[in-house]
Amino acid sequence: MKNKTYTKQFILLLILVVFLCFVNISLGSVSIPFKDIFAIFLGDETVKDSWQTIILNFRLPKAITAILVGSGLSISGLLMQTLFRNPLAGPFVLGISSGASIGVALLILGSSFFGSFLFLESSSWSIAIASSLGSFLVLSAVILAANKVRNTMSILIIGLMFGSFTAAIISVLSYFSEAQQIQQYVFWSFGSLGNLSWDELTVFISIYLIGFIGVFAIIKPLNSLLLGEKYAKSLGINIKQSRIIILAITSLLTGVITAFSGPIAFIGLAVPHIAKLIFTTSNHKILIPATAITGAIVLLICDIIAQLPTVEYTLPINAITSLFGAPVVIWLLIRKKKMYI
Amino acid sequence: MDTSKKHIVLETKNLTIGYQQKKTKKVIASDLNLAIEKGTFIALLGENGIGKSTLLRTISKVQNQLSGAVFLNDKNLKEYNNKELATNLSLVLTERLPESQLTVFELIALGRQPYTNWVDALSEYDIEKINTAIKLTEVAHLKDNRFYELSDGQLQRVLIARALAQDTDVIILDEPTAHLDMHHTYKIFQLLKNLVETTQKTIIISTHQINLAIEIVDELIVMTKDAVFSGKTENLIEQNKLDNLFPKEILSFNKRLGQFTISKDN
Repeated sequence: MKNKTYTKQFILLLILVVFLCFVNISLGSVSIPFKDIFAIFLGDETVKDSWQTIILNFRLPKAITAILVGSGLSISGLLMQTLFRNPLAGPFVLGISSGASIGVALLILGSSFFGSFLFLESSSWSIAIASSLGSFLVLSAVILAANKVRNTMSILIIGLMFGSFTAAIISVLSYFSEAQQIQQYVFWSFGSLGNLSWDELTVFISIYLIGFIGVFAIIKPLNSLLLGEKYAKSLGINIKQSRIIILAITSLLTGVITAFSGPIAFIGLAVPHIAKLIFTTSNHKILIPATAITGAIVLLICDIIAQLPTVEYTLPINAITSLFGAPVVIWLLIRKKKMYI
Repeated sequence: MDTSKKHIVLETKNLTIGYQQKKTKKVIASDLNLAIEKGTFIALLGENGIGKSTLLRTISKVQNQLSGAVFLNDKNLKEYNNKELATNLSLVLTERLPESQLTVFELIALGRQPYTNWVDALSEYDIEKINTAIKLTEVAHLKDNRFYELSDGQLQRVLIARALAQDTDVIILDEPTAHLDMHHTYKIFQLLKNLVETTQKTIIISTHQINLAIEIVDELIVMTKDAVFSGKTENLIEQNKLDNLFPKEILSFNKRLGQFTISKDN
């Protein structure tokens, strides 16, 4: 594709990521001066131990999580929009997040329903696995349906139906569950970027990287899909195989993100459009990194907002992304009058 | 047909086209034996719903035949994989493109996908092919526009450029002038004719512009309810094969003019 350079935009956005990272890390219940944060990163041992622990074991993992979640969900949204050639597609709309939710709900709430012999414990690991399985299953179901109906609008409606279906199952499970389990599930569903240990983060990063690298292997089919499936096929693309890879990557990214951070809404739908607006291109070679960086920025901002109102508490991240995402989508539609895949 | 002089690019042998629905077969046309030479401009004629698209879809492997075989460059179409087929046959379709922000250059460059590496990097040779296609279709001034900004006529040229960039022996266009006015329709026909002459590619179109087709293309494939005829335009006229294309009481073929006219008795 044409080598129009987007270096300026990329450098500006990357600087913004680094800046927001520092702002993000500097905020929290304990105020730590900027110069001490720098000192900790530079390996200065003389800074207070408690501050070192706070920065290195709590705030830094949280900032990294924000970057992974923001970029991963945004890329998933971009892939879905191109695959379905529908600007309204996204991991959340297509029911993938609800798939992850039902996986976790079955794990946390289902233990009282089916008896605990099915599930050993609801550790963060089993939550991750349940969530990934759930999102993969729902996504496969949506895809099976998508193969039957060609109309993309119908596919979105089917995705939404899967969403209500899983929500209903979760209601039934909650009805039979104990208060403590419901609370555990509700807190998971609020979404959270914190609370991840370095061990968990390592797994998160590893799985994320598999998906992220995979994305670059499908740039070519993604670009030809911009012309529709028939043209893509006539350009030598194996449609079935590409579709499976795209869906596998999406469910891997969405699955692992939802597993560790809960179902975070709207990022996947809104961010790709912001990236398309800034970079005014449909070429995935540019759009994939652009969407990833924009996603990281947006979630870092959301997390900063979540920490602003009170020093003691942080607002649930899921509420912030929706509060932020819904107006952005509305604003984009009014301003641009047109959304591109 | 005399096959000794020119290379046959596309050939069908006892081809039966149609649809297979569960156990019932819906045959659209049977025992088609077409032989298409390299460097010819061919128009597929026939009334609405007669099966032009089905035939085009079958010879471009979008849809399977009921029986018989299609040979592309002496190789059975069944033995081609997608990628190999993409270097031998390109398509221009009637369906609307999804709304994206692709520029005209990017859209044409997509035609090079069968040849590019896994990240779709364009080599100098690819760029050269793209520029040739842009030049031949005279769309250089549109290069940096978004494709959705183009008029229907311009877009059709760009889509033809994309197929040219794909650099295949055969280009199949499904009703390339469907949304165009008379003037642009004529220009597209002329463009295709010139392309056949300059590039020696084989171009097959389906069209309802019968009078123009009779005047401009080299050969016709005429689909009627009872039979499918093919051959050089003048030969088909000579053998009165065009007479049954439409109900005679409404439209009849005027041999002297070489055109279809509305029947006088109406």
